[in-house]
Amino acid sequence: MIRKPVSKPAKGIDPSQRTVVKLVRPSKPDSPIPSYDMSRGSGSERAAIPLVTGKPWGDRAFKNLTAGFAGLILLLAIAMVWELWLAASESVSAMGWHFFLTQKWDPVLDHFGALAFVYGTIASALIAFLIATPFGIGIALFLTEIAPRPMREPISFLVEILAAIPSVVYGLWGIFVLAPLMRSHIDPFLIGWIGKPLFAAPSTGLSLLSAGIILSIMILPTIMGISREVFQAIPRGTREAALALGATKWETIRVAVLHPSRGGLLGAVMLGLGRALGETMAVTMVIGNRPEISANILGPSHTIAAVIANEFAEATSDIHLSALAELGLVLMGITILINLAARILVWSTASRLQTAGDDS
Amino acid sequence: MNEWHYAKRKVIDRGMHLLFMLMAALIMIPLASMVLYVAVRGLKRLDLDFFLHLPAPVGEKGGGMGNGILGTVSMVLIACGISLPISIMGAIYLAEYGKRSRYASLVRFTADVLAGVPSIVTGIFVYQILVRRVHHFSSLAGGLALGIIMIPLVTRTTEELLKLVPSALTEASLSLGVPRWKTSLYVVLHAARGGIVTGILLAVARVAGETAPLLFTALNNQYWPSGINQPTASLTVQVFTYAISPFQDWQDQAWTGALVLLLLVFGVGLSARLVLSRNHVSNM
Repeated sequence: MIRKPVSKPAKGIDPSQRTVVKLVRPSKPDSPIPSYDMSRGSGSERAAIPLVTGKPWGDRAFKNLTAGFAGLILLLAIAMVWELWLAASESVSAMGWHFFLTQKWDPVLDHFGALAFVYGTIASALIAFLIATPFGIGIALFLTEIAPRPMREPISFLVEILAAIPSVVYGLWGIFVLAPLMRSHIDPFLIGWIGKPLFAAPSTGLSLLSAGIILSIMILPTIMGISREVFQAIPRGTREAALALGATKWETIRVAVLHPSRGGLLGAVMLGLGRALGETMAVTMVIGNRPEISANILGPSHTIAAVIANEFAEATSDIHLSALAELGLVLMGITILINLAARILVWSTASRLQTAGDDS
Repeated sequence: MNEWHYAKRKVIDRGMHLLFMLMAALIMIPLASMVLYVAVRGLKRLDLDFFLHLPAPVGEKGGGMGNGILGTVSMVLIACGISLPISIMGAIYLAEYGKRSRYASLVRFTADVLAGVPSIVTGIFVYQILVRRVHHFSSLAGGLALGIIMIPLVTRTTEELLKLVPSALTEASLSLGVPRWKTSLYVVLHAARGGIVTGILLAVARVAGETAPLLFTALNNQYWPSGINQPTASLTVQVFTYAISPFQDWQDQAWTGALVLLLLVFGVGLSARLVLSRNHVSNM
């Protein structure tokens, strides 16, 4: 009984504290009331406090300076698109739509058709996606729902190490460990058991499939990390409700974890896909670097990023450089679009789950 | 609901548990294989010569990647010199002044977009604006490419860390009459320094392992770097060149190079974690 009146004035202090905060750190950057502007008083007041006169010029200068540096980031993005466009314009006007519709890439005859590279890029990313998605989501489920608590951080740390390994080391491992393994064991097995058209002899180990496998390992930490974040955003109550209805652990996961987070999972997978499309070194080292469109995924292929890495430094003619720059522009366009869509999906799912959690 | 139905549900449940566990175990195989191969095959050639000597011509024994190691270190330093002022000042704007304004949101969004651009595209961009204009490859161009990759990474982590600094600290400083800009630089930035250093180190670990943007900006070089205007070797490009070469000795050296690269990247990453944990302790 005594406490109530005490607590009420205490609550009443809150708004005033909030105004203090607002005065010091205005929520709008250009609020009409500056943070500690004393110059609005009469002239005598200003004279009484000589130290603080108006919004000091130093503050304004510093704010504009930092805003300028932030603007450099905008400038950088614009310059990137603009320079790539300039560099690509020669090829764009020379090849037009044939650039995407033909597959003959012949720098000697100045004919540049990128279809085979586009095919290789999409096919390798697709293989990576098919392998990494179940693994990424499965491991994320294992870490959030099943694994005993002390195991969670060490396992997630180990998976994150995969993300820290430079891609040239992946490539090295791919050439000397994965490719021989594929050639001697996995490829013959696939040819014998499934065969054409997907798996056809001869296999060298340097193939679309090897590239896809390497890529899947590389993008797994991305998919796992983001899936895990999405799962963790799901309120406890949802899981407990499913369990209380008598669902088994797996049924709970299916109904209360996987189902509500499907949008975010799609985003996680797309972020992984974006990484797979732009990956250069590991792919160029194991894919065999031959522009071919074939259903046989045990054959060599080529990707957009790999052809840029292989030919850019040695390209002599302007049109060749320009065609490679156009490939770069295409790659940038695709990855930006995929990244944006993924971010929107992850963000909207997570915030929807969060608000659902607040309501309950 | 008969007994059989319960048994089936139970079996499926157990099966899925096992499947997920198996997945987590399976992914450790490539990780362990990679680390072990790099360690075992890399140790074969790891000696002091590897750090101090130039690459030897084919057929000659010995030689190292001294110039590549030096090149990587110098290009990372150039990258820091270019990216840190932009990133940190930009982050101060986003966290302290811009906040939710439209301009700040646009900058944040652009930084996120830039972070998703493949590094090889950054290489083309730097080739266009620098290499093509001055007509030669250089470590400056390589450092610029790495710096551009670092900018969005460092900006976003620094902003997040500045936002974590309690506003009471800012208010205390302002109430003592310290100007806003001094508060930003000497109070807020100072309070967040541990986390910012961690963020920078993680970005450094990331770009030190980059190969693609260096292929046609810094190119490669068989000799010691003699200035920032010369084509420069880097550890990563050297590993790549040696890995795809047909010579056994070079391939061995590629593994050693990969080992040094991994030690460098993990070392920087580990020190980042140490900085963070030490800072947390001292803050408590």
